[in-house]
Amino acid sequence: VSDVDLEPIGGVAPFDPTAPLTPSGNLRRRLIVSGISQGVAGVAAAIAVAALLLVTVEVIARGAGVISWSFLTTNASQFGVGGGIGSAIIGSALIVGCGAVIAIPLGVLCAIYLAEFAGPRSHMAKLLRTALDMTQGLPTVVIGLFVFGLFSGKPSGFAGSVALSMIMLPLIARTSQEVLRTIPSSLREASDALGVDRWRSILGVILPAAMGGIATGTILAIARAAGETAPLLIVDGIYNASKTTINIFGHGVPNIPLSIYEAAESPTPDALARVWGTALVLLALILIANIAARLLLARSRRRMGL
Amino acid sequence: MSVWAQLRPRAGTRGPSLEVSRGDLILRGLCLGAGGLVLAALVGLVYEIVHGAAPAFDKYGLAFLGHTTWAPNFSHFGAAAMLYGTAVTSALALLIATPLSIGIGLFLAMLAPKPVRTVVGPLVEMLAAIPSVILGFFGIIVFAPFIAGHVEKPLHDILGWTGLFGTPQQTGLSMFTASLILATMIVPIVAALSRDLFLSVPSELKDGAEALGATRWEVIRGVVIPTTLPGVFSAVMLGLGRALGEALAVSLTIGGGTVIYANLYQTGDTLAARIATEINYIVNPMHRHALYYLALILLVIGVVTNLLARLIARRYTAGRV
Repeated sequence: VSDVDLEPIGGVAPFDPTAPLTPSGNLRRRLIVSGISQGVAGVAAAIAVAALLLVTVEVIARGAGVISWSFLTTNASQFGVGGGIGSAIIGSALIVGCGAVIAIPLGVLCAIYLAEFAGPRSHMAKLLRTALDMTQGLPTVVIGLFVFGLFSGKPSGFAGSVALSMIMLPLIARTSQEVLRTIPSSLREASDALGVDRWRSILGVILPAAMGGIATGTILAIARAAGETAPLLIVDGIYNASKTTINIFGHGVPNIPLSIYEAAESPTPDALARVWGTALVLLALILIANIAARLLLARSRRRMGL
Repeated sequence: MSVWAQLRPRAGTRGPSLEVSRGDLILRGLCLGAGGLVLAALVGLVYEIVHGAAPAFDKYGLAFLGHTTWAPNFSHFGAAAMLYGTAVTSALALLIATPLSIGIGLFLAMLAPKPVRTVVGPLVEMLAAIPSVILGFFGIIVFAPFIAGHVEKPLHDILGWTGLFGTPQQTGLSMFTASLILATMIVPIVAALSRDLFLSVPSELKDGAEALGATRWEVIRGVVIPTTLPGVFSAVMLGLGRALGEALAVSLTIGGGTVIYANLYQTGDTLAARIATEINYIVNPMHRHALYYLALILLVIGVVTNLLARLIARRYTAGRV
């Protein structure tokens, strides 16, 4: 009864057609509660956006002054004071690139198996899906520790690549599988009807159609791996940043995330400014990769007419 | 040779085929090989962590979990302080992040007008892309001093009686700051997942409720939240997994203490942070085994939360179909 808007008995006002249609009583209370809750949700979204802007603006404001051609191309000086991040940029590119070279084929193959070969009740597929989920959920330090043991505790850039590939692989496999699912089955049927072998229609028809989505997932995975620090600290934590190195095997390789981490508690404002500069380089690369991935996805969606 | 010449009768590719081409076999083999490698890596990882932890487990047993001293030079190892730090920071981060993420999810799925949605949605997801080391660095230089200067004292005045928000400290490097940084990391993950869940609620349910005169909030509380609750819970579990395993953003902002404090403004340490910071500075073999033991604890907690999340998500989807 209390949910119904009734005027108190006895005090029924005569109907007034000119009275404004404003909710009163219980309905008014309900609308106020609803309004407040919507406001709170809006504030929550605003907080998240503010956090993103705050960090980004702060990194740009404090780091932009340091960025120069020589900062990006020269190496850190021998004794850790001054110098640029040239060797770290090259090292990071090599470590992440090598990790991607390992992870992309494996991830895409896993996705093809799950989406194209495995039947709906395949035990292997179930197992593989669980394994991918588990790997994705693993704390990155645990992955780092595993690779640390795999390389008997010897720091090397390649060990970093292996650790990063374990982080990228489930992400790539997951998104590729989702994309392969969205490929219309009419493509497969048309291919089958023409008597094309399975492997040919997968490599020649299905994969090309899914390329945009797979590329998006891959870029996002690489961007995620590029910022990973904990596994690199564990398997590639000792290096000489004053020397550029192309060979990532057998010895530690300088990289961007660790340059930030190792110098994060520097005492001098000068050194800190360089850390902000390094952070700006990393953040810019990652955000640009994210935006590019988004645009790519939008484009391939448009082309597929979704 | 024309295309037609290559045509040959074949049994349906999904059914039993009399003739399987070599290319099919090779590609299938490659795919299975890749899958096998993933499985092998996971098994190898578990084996190695268990194997590395075994000596420490033999020596300290489960009492390891209850000991508070961690003194590598004297071969005294106990995980209690790190367990405490992990539990407190993760719990606090979840406590902050869960309502915030659900609010964001609702805003993006139901409340925001389309132009706002298409801008804010990607921005929230972008927050997840910020590397943890940058968040940690931001935390140490900008956020921690702000917390120490402007937040600790007022919160202490209001909530000091709980004992959690005790005497304000100087640096701001504390479990409290680390929790806030962790919350920043898991909000975008949980928000994006719960937005997708809220979008998946059948519109007939929502429209039905609105047709019965429910306000927006009543639709949310009476229809949207109840139908998606298990999914949201499993999203929160995934966020928890992320919070438990995060090492460096925490190690930078938590202050690296070894003592258990009730006061959140004090320093602490977590399992993941301790592993990442000490593994390259091992003083004796048992030190390494103890760190592997910490990783084993982390692995077990991680697997349990992951399984829980999957179980609930599966029951949820099974119940819906």
